[in-house]
Amino acid sequence: MMRMPTGPGETGKVMEDAEQEAARRAAEAGQEAVVEAPVDSEAIEAAAAARALIRGRRQWPLPKQADPTAPLLTVENLRTHFKLESGWVKAVDGVSFRLDDGEALGLAGESGCGKTTTALSLVRLLPSNARIRKGSSIDLFGIDLVPKTEDQLRRYRWREISIVFQGAMNALNPVRRIGEQIAEPIEVRLGLTQDVARKRAAELLELVGIPRQRAAAYPHELSGGMRQRTMIAMALACDPAIVIGDEPTTALDVMVQAQILELLERLRRDLGLSLILITHDLSVIAETCDKTLIMYAGKVAEEGPVSRIFTAPRHPYTQKLLGAFPNIHADRRSLETIPGSPPDLRNPPAGCRFNPRCPAAMDICREVEPPEVVYPDGVRVACHLHVAGRDGAVGVTSADVVGWHRQLPVIEAPGVPAVASAGVAEPPGPGSQP
Amino acid sequence: MSPSYLGRKVLQAIATLVFVVILNFMLFRLMPGSPERILLRNPHLDAQSIAAARARFGLDKPLLPLEISVDPPSLKVNPDSQFLAYLQTTASGDLGLSFEFRGESVTEVIGVRFWPTIILIGLAELIAIVVGLTLGSAAGWKRGGTLDRVGNGISLILYSMPYFVIGMPLIIIFAAGLGWFPTSGMLSPGAQYQSPIDQLLDFARHLVLPLATVSLGLIGGYSILMRSSIIETRGEDYVTTARAKGLKDRSILRDHAFPNALLPTVTVIAINLGYVVAGAITAEIVFNWPGLGTLTVDALAARDYPVLQGIFLLISVAVILANLGADLIYGRLDPRVRA
Repeated sequence: MMRMPTGPGETGKVMEDAEQEAARRAAEAGQEAVVEAPVDSEAIEAAAAARALIRGRRQWPLPKQADPTAPLLTVENLRTHFKLESGWVKAVDGVSFRLDDGEALGLAGESGCGKTTTALSLVRLLPSNARIRKGSSIDLFGIDLVPKTEDQLRRYRWREISIVFQGAMNALNPVRRIGEQIAEPIEVRLGLTQDVARKRAAELLELVGIPRQRAAAYPHELSGGMRQRTMIAMALACDPAIVIGDEPTTALDVMVQAQILELLERLRRDLGLSLILITHDLSVIAETCDKTLIMYAGKVAEEGPVSRIFTAPRHPYTQKLLGAFPNIHADRRSLETIPGSPPDLRNPPAGCRFNPRCPAAMDICREVEPPEVVYPDGVRVACHLHVAGRDGAVGVTSADVVGWHRQLPVIEAPGVPAVASAGVAEPPGPGSQP
Repeated sequence: MSPSYLGRKVLQAIATLVFVVILNFMLFRLMPGSPERILLRNPHLDAQSIAAARARFGLDKPLLPLEISVDPPSLKVNPDSQFLAYLQTTASGDLGLSFEFRGESVTEVIGVRFWPTIILIGLAELIAIVVGLTLGSAAGWKRGGTLDRVGNGISLILYSMPYFVIGMPLIIIFAAGLGWFPTSGMLSPGAQYQSPIDQLLDFARHLVLPLATVSLGLIGGYSILMRSSIIETRGEDYVTTARAKGLKDRSILRDHAFPNALLPTVTVIAINLGYVVAGAITAEIVFNWPGLGTLTVDALAARDYPVLQGIFLLISVAVILANLGADLIYGRLDPRVRA
């Protein structure tokens, strides 16, 4: 196998050569394993069992139109654009990913890369000038949310997908008691009586480590960490399938941050939650998530298991991003920066959107948009350095991404009886053989 | 609300009141010209008459209870001073005698004019608060919608029009033209009423146009204020939280946006309420409404200082009380200020 002319290590200086070599070997090994291993039907069955187990814990039935065997969430070719007087801002432009029951996905990237827009598009909590374009699909339990009207979509808000905003800021209503605010969705959305809702709110407060007497407190009477806990308790009110954390620890000090992450981790394990964590703090993702999705300028740069992305980043942007992050174990004093700034999304650069800032940019990067390829270790990357057919990479069109994912029998839900661990399946379709 | 917050606000109000009472005394004594000259309106008075007048109105007494002089250094105590007399009489509700309405006390003169104004402006404020806040929040919530464009346009026009500009077309159309309502006054002159209900109906017919005038003017202002407050609130994170909770649009507005948007408007409205007693002078003049507004104008024209002084004191007290009310209401609405 030929060594790539411009490998990840040479561009990013992130990894030592030896590490890089090891990563490459691992990739090769993975490829070999995959080539030999057929689709593991047992693993798929085990995953289905785990899914059924997690869904069996639901206190409320699945939505009527739900397909119980469908994956929790598949997002395909999501394009969310904002209309300005000067044109359309393509904030999210063709993002696909999948979230399984009990899984934690970290969305990362620079400010303005579209990570929050991606997450908020799921329940359409977008400003009025935003449009989710035709061809996008957001399937929750197999129900496409994109064509739903605002009124139909409300059924899914909070009951299926809830959001932990930055509670330390202004996400809690300053003039209402926190107990009331937690009880509100229980009363209004689940139709329970006020007494039951208040009681449940008190239980939720205790669950997140706040004494139930504090239900009578107003947000300003609580510390930042307590407010964030309150936000989490509120997000759990209707026993949702997915909790989105929108920078849930950003405004908190490090100790409180750690407590909040621990709390989220515990709740995920105990309640079988699926998490989507939006953050620019990569260490948060490393600590809490199974998978990470690195976005750049409204597109997926790289996606895959946290263990792979953090040790062997393939996209030059991921490498730069990791290099720009302090590592307390390393000797390096100065952090790297990524020169330049993200592009104007009204008029993104032709070809790869990262090309003006990419140290490894080639001619093709300025002309052709890089297609997404999938490696056998489960990492998906959109970069011309990674070509289908090399190192076991398989080309995926956007339509295949989900199809490919459907083969992936990985559910790593802590607290659920161990299921087939990362037995990566061979992606179907032509071009799967190098 | 904590007792300390309440106590602090009440103390502040009392301190302001004391200051206003003193200022009220000083201000009118600082004015040029001697009161007895204005009082008697005769340049050829003899010294005896002037002295008699001074004695009658207590002007022969020294002004202040303490007189401090620097050169030569001295301190004089006056047990019987104008200031103490003023404090005593004011405290007992005696505001002196009117120059214009001879023999009548200022309290009586003001008392007669007090209720018409309170009813007119009070009702107008009530209507304007309900309509203005509703209109403003509905318009701001659907910013750029039909209601917002039309409603806000109308509000701006109303807000920019003085009362007499709103009132005169109303008189021309509904009083002079259609003859639905009387043009002026509070009751039909010389009317004999069969029953109190007849009188009330007559009063109501007279009230409609001035009430409409003042309400319309106030609605414009309140609606513009509430609209901008709602627009600001709409972008707050807790409104996004409420949306994320899957609440209906109406409940988000009613339970989350409105209570917060109300806070900045409460202060403005409460201070406005303080001026209820001042009356809407131009509106009262246009409709010849026998309230405190017309009284102020009459008193100014006649240089009726005691009456003006009384009105001044009354307005000050009302504004202070309204401010106190604003603080207390604010404390109820916003838990953050209760501490």
